[in-house]
Amino acid sequence: MSPEFIIAAIVTVVGLATPILLAGLGELITEKSGVLNLGVEGMMLMGAICGFAATAATFNPWLGILSAAAGGAIASMLFAVLVLQLNSNQVATGLALSIFGTGLSSLIGNAFTGRIVPQFGSIFPDALAKDPIWKLLFGYSPLVYFALAMVPLTAWFLKSTRAGLILRAVGENDHSAHSIGYSVTGVRYAAIAFGGAMAGIGGAYFSMVITPMWAEKMTAGRGWIAVALVVFAGWRTGRLLAGAYFFGFLMWLELFAKANGFGNSLPFLQDIPSQVWAAMPYVMTIAALTLISSRGNVGASAPACLGKPFLPST
Amino acid sequence: MTTLNRRSLMKAVGAAATLSMVGTAARAEDKIKIGFIFLGPIGDYGWTWAHNKGREAIDAALGDKVETIYVENVAEDASAIPLIRDLANQGCKLIFTCSYGYMEQTLTVAAEFPDVKFEHCTGFKRADNVATYNSKFHEGRAVLGTIAGKMSKSGTLGYLGSYKVPEVVLGVNAFALAAQKQNPAATVKLVLIDSWFDPPKEAAATETLINLGCDIVTTHTDSPGPLQILEQKGLFGFGQGADMSAFAPTAHLTAIEDIWGPYYVQRAQALVDGTWTSTDTWDGMKEGTVVIAPYNAAVPADVVALADGVQAGYKDGSYDIFTGPIFDQDGVEKVKAGEVMTLEQLATIDWFVKGVESAS
Amino acid sequence: MRLKLEKRPAPSTFMLIATPIASVLLTMLIGVIVFDAIGIQGERAVIDIFLTPILASYKWQDVAVKAAPLIIIALGLSIGNRAQIWNIGAEGQYVLGALAAAGVGIAAGPDAPSATLILMILAGILGGAAWAAIPAFLKTRWDVNEILSSLMLTYVSFQVLGYLVGGPWQDPNGRNFPATAPLPEQLTLPILFQGTTVHLGVAVAVILPFVFWLLMSKSVFGFQIRVVGSAPHAARHGGFDAKQTIWMALLIGGGMAGLAGALEFTGSLKAVNLGFPSGYGFTAIIVAFLGRLHPIGCLIAGIVLAITYVGGQVAQTTVHIPNSTAGIFQAMMLFFILASDILIRYRLRIVRPAGARA
Repeated sequence: MSPEFIIAAIVTVVGLATPILLAGLGELITEKSGVLNLGVEGMMLMGAICGFAATAATFNPWLGILSAAAGGAIASMLFAVLVLQLNSNQVATGLALSIFGTGLSSLIGNAFTGRIVPQFGSIFPDALAKDPIWKLLFGYSPLVYFALAMVPLTAWFLKSTRAGLILRAVGENDHSAHSIGYSVTGVRYAAIAFGGAMAGIGGAYFSMVITPMWAEKMTAGRGWIAVALVVFAGWRTGRLLAGAYFFGFLMWLELFAKANGFGNSLPFLQDIPSQVWAAMPYVMTIAALTLISSRGNVGASAPACLGKPFLPST
Repeated sequence: MTTLNRRSLMKAVGAAATLSMVGTAARAEDKIKIGFIFLGPIGDYGWTWAHNKGREAIDAALGDKVETIYVENVAEDASAIPLIRDLANQGCKLIFTCSYGYMEQTLTVAAEFPDVKFEHCTGFKRADNVATYNSKFHEGRAVLGTIAGKMSKSGTLGYLGSYKVPEVVLGVNAFALAAQKQNPAATVKLVLIDSWFDPPKEAAATETLINLGCDIVTTHTDSPGPLQILEQKGLFGFGQGADMSAFAPTAHLTAIEDIWGPYYVQRAQALVDGTWTSTDTWDGMKEGTVVIAPYNAAVPADVVALADGVQAGYKDGSYDIFTGPIFDQDGVEKVKAGEVMTLEQLATIDWFVKGVESAS
Repeated sequence: MRLKLEKRPAPSTFMLIATPIASVLLTMLIGVIVFDAIGIQGERAVIDIFLTPILASYKWQDVAVKAAPLIIIALGLSIGNRAQIWNIGAEGQYVLGALAAAGVGIAAGPDAPSATLILMILAGILGGAAWAAIPAFLKTRWDVNEILSSLMLTYVSFQVLGYLVGGPWQDPNGRNFPATAPLPEQLTLPILFQGTTVHLGVAVAVILPFVFWLLMSKSVFGFQIRVVGSAPHAARHGGFDAKQTIWMALLIGGGMAGLAGALEFTGSLKAVNLGFPSGYGFTAIIVAFLGRLHPIGCLIAGIVLAITYVGGQVAQTTVHIPNSTAGIFQAMMLFFILASDILIRYRLRIVRPAGARA
C-alpha cells in the first residue's frame, strides 16, 4: 500500500468519523449533566435540513452552519421542556424527538429536494489542500477542524472550568448541587441545548459537506451511533475521539472489503460474505461496549444521575 | 351497522364522507383515472422522478380523456396493498406499480379487482389483468462502458451498486464487457451498498473506489452524491436515471435517462381504446425507453463517435453487448463465441463477467 | 402568581385514562393549525388521518392488520419498560422471528402438513427471544447497556436477513431476486373473514392483551416486575432477583416481537424479502407508552397508531401530504402523553405568594 493510498483512505475515514464525533461531543456534555437524550438522530436531521435551507436562502454556508446549530438546539428544547419541566421519561421523550425530527425534516425538506447550494471553500491554499500528501493535514472541510478543536476544548471545559465543575456536579449529585445553590434545571437546559446544537452541526456535515444536497433520512442512523459512542467512550472526550475514528474506520473497511480491496493477497478474506463486513461496525460496537463494561469502570464514569428526573424535595 | 347509519354519521364529518363513498358509489365522470404507486419522493432526481415524468407525459398526451393520480414514498412491504387497493377503490382503471418490490402486492390486489388493469414495473409475474414492463438499462450501461473504457487512464473502473439483483448484475456486466472492448485489460471494481439511496454511504463508497485506483465511477444507486464526490476530485462519472449534470457540471460525462413516457402513453391509449391486454414488455434504446443524455464537453470526439456507434447499433439491432464469447469471474466460458444471450438468460443472470472484482 | 405542582395522595385514575385521550385530541387540533399554516388543507388532512380509517368500513381491515404486530410487540416491551429495561431493538427481534419461522417452513418443504405452521410460529417466538437473549446476557453478565446493544443488534439482523434471503434461503424459482419462496397455501395463517386480509394474527393480538393483563395483575411475576421497576432496592430485600427480571423482561419482549414477525410473515407477506423490516419494532415503543404500559392500553394504543398510519396513507392520496407526516403526528401524541404523565401523580395549583412580587 502506497502512502498516497493510506492518506486517501484516512481522508475518507475522517469524513465518516466527523459527524458522529460532533454529535457525540454534544451528547457527552448532555449526559454529563445527568440527562440522557436519545433524540440525536432527530436533532441531526433537523440540523441537516436547517443548514441546507439557510444556505440555499443566503448562499452563505457559514450562516447555514449557524442555523443548523440553531435548528438542532431548538429541537432539543422540545425535549428539555418535557424532561426538565414535566419530569417525563427521558428514554421515551428522546425516542419521540427522534421520530419527530425525522418527520419534520422530511416535511420541510420537500421543498429542497434536488436543490444545489454553495459549499465551503477550503480554508487552506489549494497547493496544500489538494496535494496528495499534505491534504492529510490541510485537505478537509472547516467543520473537521472545528470538531477536532472541540475535543480538547470540551475536555478542558469539563476539567478545568468552574462551569464544567458545576455541570459535572449536577450530573453526579443533583440534590447537593441544588442545596448549595446551583440551578440544576438551568444547567441541564444549557447542556441539552449544547447537545442539540452539536448534533445539528453534525447533521449539517451530511447535507452541506459530504454530499451537498437534501435527502430524506440522509443521516441513515448515524445519530444512534453517536449515542453509542458516548457509552463506548466511558464519558471521556479522548476516548470519544478514538471511538469516532475507530467506527469511521470500520465503515470504511466494509466498503474497502466489498470493493475487493484485499485483492487476492488474503484469499480467506474473499470467502467472508459481504454482510459480515456490513455488520462489523455494529458487532464491534457491542464488543467494545462489553469490553469496557466488563472492566467495571463504567460505573465510575457514568454520571450518577444519568436518566433520572430531578425532583427537588420541598 | 347499517349503511344508512354509517352514511348519516359520515355526513357529520363532511369531507371524510366524500372520500369514503368513493369506494362504494361510482362517480359520474367522463375522464378515466390512472393511478401510480411510487417508491421514492417524486423529487428524488432519480428513479421516481423519471416515472413521474412518464405520468406527466400521459397528462400531456391524453389529458382530455384521462386523469392521473399518484402516491409517493410507498414502502415495499405489506402496507403497499391497501394503497394499491385505495387507488382501485377511487376508480382507477389502470394502475402502474413502479418498483420490483410491489410484485406480490400488485397480484394480490389485482385478484380482487378483475376489471382494473395493472402494470408492474420490473417484475415477472403476470395475470390476465396484470402486465409487466421493464427497460433494458444495460443497453445504456454498454454506452457508458464504452466511454469509460476509452477514457480511463488507469483501466480500473468503479461500479457503485445497490443489491445483487439481475438488473444490477446486467448493468455491471454490460459496463465491464463494453469497457473491455475498448481496453481488454480494463477491470471493474464493484461495491454493493445494500441500499438504493444512502447519500453518505454512496459518497464514502465512491471515495473508496477512487482510492483503489478507479478514475471513472458509474453508479447504480439513485442519489447524485457520488457525482458530487467525483466533481470534488476532478474525476468522471455518469448520471443514473436522469440527467444529473446540474450536480456535477464537469464530472458528469453523460447519463442514462429512463424515459417511461412513450410506454405509459401507449398503454393509457390502449386502455382508452379498449385494446389493453396483459403483456410483458422489455423496451430499450430502440423504443426510446433508454436514452443517453447529452455528452459533456470533456468527452473527446472519437469517444463520442464510438458511443454513438453503440447507440446506433442498438437502434438498428446490429449490436448486442451480450454476444459470446463471455467468461465469468473464474474464467469459465458461459456464452460461446457467436451466441447471444436470450432475454430469459438476461432476466435471471446471477454471475459476473471476467474482470469484475468484488467481495463474495 | 405561579403554578405549583402538588403531589396527589394517590395516582389519579381519571388522569391516567383522560390524558391519552386528550393527547390524541390535542394532536389533531395542532395538526389542523400547523397544516393550514404551511398551506395544506389542515382540516381535511386531520380528518383523513384520524377519522377516515374509522368511518370508512373498507379501511377497517387495513387498520386491524396494521395494528396486530404493533399490539403484540408493545405488550412485550411494556413489561420490560415497567421493569426499567429498555429494549429498543424489537425491530431486529421481529426480523429474526420471521426468519426463524421461514427457516422451519423451508426445512419442512412445500408439501409439509399444515400443522407445521404451529412449529413455525413457535420458532418465531424462540427466534425473537434468542436475539433478545444477547442483550440480556451482556447486561446480566457485564452490565452492558441494553439500549445500545439491542439497537446495534437490529442493524446486524438486517444483514442476517440480507445474507439468508440473498443466499441459502433464496427462492430457486425467484429469478435471482433476494427473497424466500412464497409459502405454500397450507402454511399460511387462516383468514378470519372471507374476502378480507384479516388473518388469525389479528385474533392473537386481541386475545393476548387480556392474557397479559391477568399475568401482570395476578401472578407473582407481575408483582416482581413492578417492584423491581419502581424500587430496585426494595426488590432486592424482597428476595427478587434483579438478573432474573432482566432475563424475563428481555426474553418476553423478544419473544413477542418474534411472534409478531412470524405472524406478519405467515399471515400477510407470505415471503421474506429485504423490505420485511418496516419499523413496527420502533413504533411499538410509542404504542407501549401511549398505552401507559398497560396491556389493555397497548391494545387501544396499537389501534390508534394503526389508524394514523392508514389515515396517513389516505391523506397522501387526497391532500398529498408527504408520508413523513404520520411520524410527526405519532411523535406529537407521544410528546403530549409524556408531558401529561405528571398530572397522574401531581396536581397543578395556582399559588399567589403573599406580596412576593408586588
